[in-house]
Amino acid sequence: MAFLDKHKILETNVTLLAVFSFVVVAIGGIVEIAPLFYLQNTIEKVEGMRPYSPLELTGRDIYVREGCYVCHSQMIRPMRDEVERYGHYSLAAESMYDHPFQWGSKRTGPDLARVGGRYSDEWHVAHLRDPESVVPESIMPKYAFLGNTRIEATHVQDLLKTHRLVGVPYTDEMIQNAAVDFRNQANPDSDYDALLERYPGAQVRNFDNEPGISEMDALIAYLQMLGTLVDFSTFTPDDSR
Amino acid sequence: MTGPKDTGPKDLEGDVPTTGHSWDGIEEYDNPMPRWWLYTFYACIVWAIGYSIAYPAWPLISGATSGLLGYSTRGQVADEMASAEAANAEINAQLAAVDLPGILETPELQQYAFSKGAAVFRTNCSQCHGSGAAGAKGFPNLLDDDWLWGGTMEDIHATVTHGIRNTTDPEARYSEMPAFGDLLSRSEIAEAANYVQSLSGPANDPTLVAAGQTVFEENCTACHMDGGIGSRELGAPNLSDAVWLYGGDYDTLVATITNSRFGVMPDWGSRLTEADIRAVTTYVHQLGGGE
Repeated sequence: MAFLDKHKILETNVTLLAVFSFVVVAIGGIVEIAPLFYLQNTIEKVEGMRPYSPLELTGRDIYVREGCYVCHSQMIRPMRDEVERYGHYSLAAESMYDHPFQWGSKRTGPDLARVGGRYSDEWHVAHLRDPESVVPESIMPKYAFLGNTRIEATHVQDLLKTHRLVGVPYTDEMIQNAAVDFRNQANPDSDYDALLERYPGAQVRNFDNEPGISEMDALIAYLQMLGTLVDFSTFTPDDSR
Repeated sequence: MTGPKDTGPKDLEGDVPTTGHSWDGIEEYDNPMPRWWLYTFYACIVWAIGYSIAYPAWPLISGATSGLLGYSTRGQVADEMASAEAANAEINAQLAAVDLPGILETPELQQYAFSKGAAVFRTNCSQCHGSGAAGAKGFPNLLDDDWLWGGTMEDIHATVTHGIRNTTDPEARYSEMPAFGDLLSRSEIAEAANYVQSLSGPANDPTLVAAGQTVFEENCTACHMDGGIGSRELGAPNLSDAVWLYGGDYDTLVATITNSRFGVMPDWGSRLTEADIRAVTTYVHQLGGGE
């Protein structure tokens, strides 16, 4: 073990110390992170996942902006109490189009991974405006201003492009029609067939029941989609995963 | 008492070797690690080796070592779910099989359904209907005996299973009030609102009640019936009982008539088991207003 006695060289040479520290940390990184890119259990394919629609993606941006992830997780762990309360445990594939993922690390409020369809739009509007009006024991802040903040489709195309840049498979067609899809999803009187073809299972409604598209519409469109995309009738859990 | 404890360096004479480092004349003793610490450290290493053999650990080419104990997170949760289900399988099957009023007649079944239903309610229903089931504006109170769609076991069961006005279940209960803002003038709406108020209390402006009755009879009685007693078959609320879902004050009534209301409830049949639904039906039925 003679080379161990040579640590003085590292300890007296700061550049060398930095290089070797990096090598040591990199080994840890390679062992812990690299297998996630090739191990079958982390890239399990499921039916139904699709990139988020422009309105949902905008809602997701609002979700991130308001720091919803600080109090709400989007990760149902494989434990009986969580599965009984929230539904099927989350799968890796369900976060595949999330940049960044919204798993969160704290639950001051409940998990939202499968909140889609669980409550009516009207409930979401009432709850976001004033959570205590429907859940008196809630300590969630009021987000009434979302309903008063109108949003336009000006930057939604750039938003999709940005997500394509980091790996979400938005097609040219999706990007070209981003603004139209954005408006149509919040307007049940529009011609939204092409939207549904591009984003199967997208819900088309006037989410906040007010004229125009507000941040409330976008956020509720996002929330009502959460956890509803994967078709669990075609999913068989593999125990080794 | 003896003198203060000697906590300084134990060896000033040089019996203990130093690390050999000298930084501006400061040297460091090379004392051995405490034994207890060292042995704990070795024990941890041995434990880690055993652990990584027993449990899934090392990444390989296409998967990871599965471990001798055959543990899997998914397997464990599936086992736990299955054993909980098996423990109650018999009574759940019984609950799902009997005719609905029969649940109330079998004390053992009724008791089980009530406790189970309370848990189902707190998990799935309390967010809208309140943890005490007293409801909120726009979300019906389930403690009273005023029912929009019926309060028998069958009625509640159908409402929970299919929901109300949702887009996901074609059998959902459905009624839609027109937004009379497009159909009536403002003065007609004001008259109708006064008439509706007069059905259960004093009207905002009693002079408009008579005119409001005419407006009401021409536009509202098809669903809300003469005298505003409502119809459960049509999903039209009783307007004469002073029980209000959105509020019975003048301004709220004008808003309701002008814009209409469209309360939605999800179809729980797609999320809960039949036993769960029957349990929560029993729970809601027994809250006070069951028919």
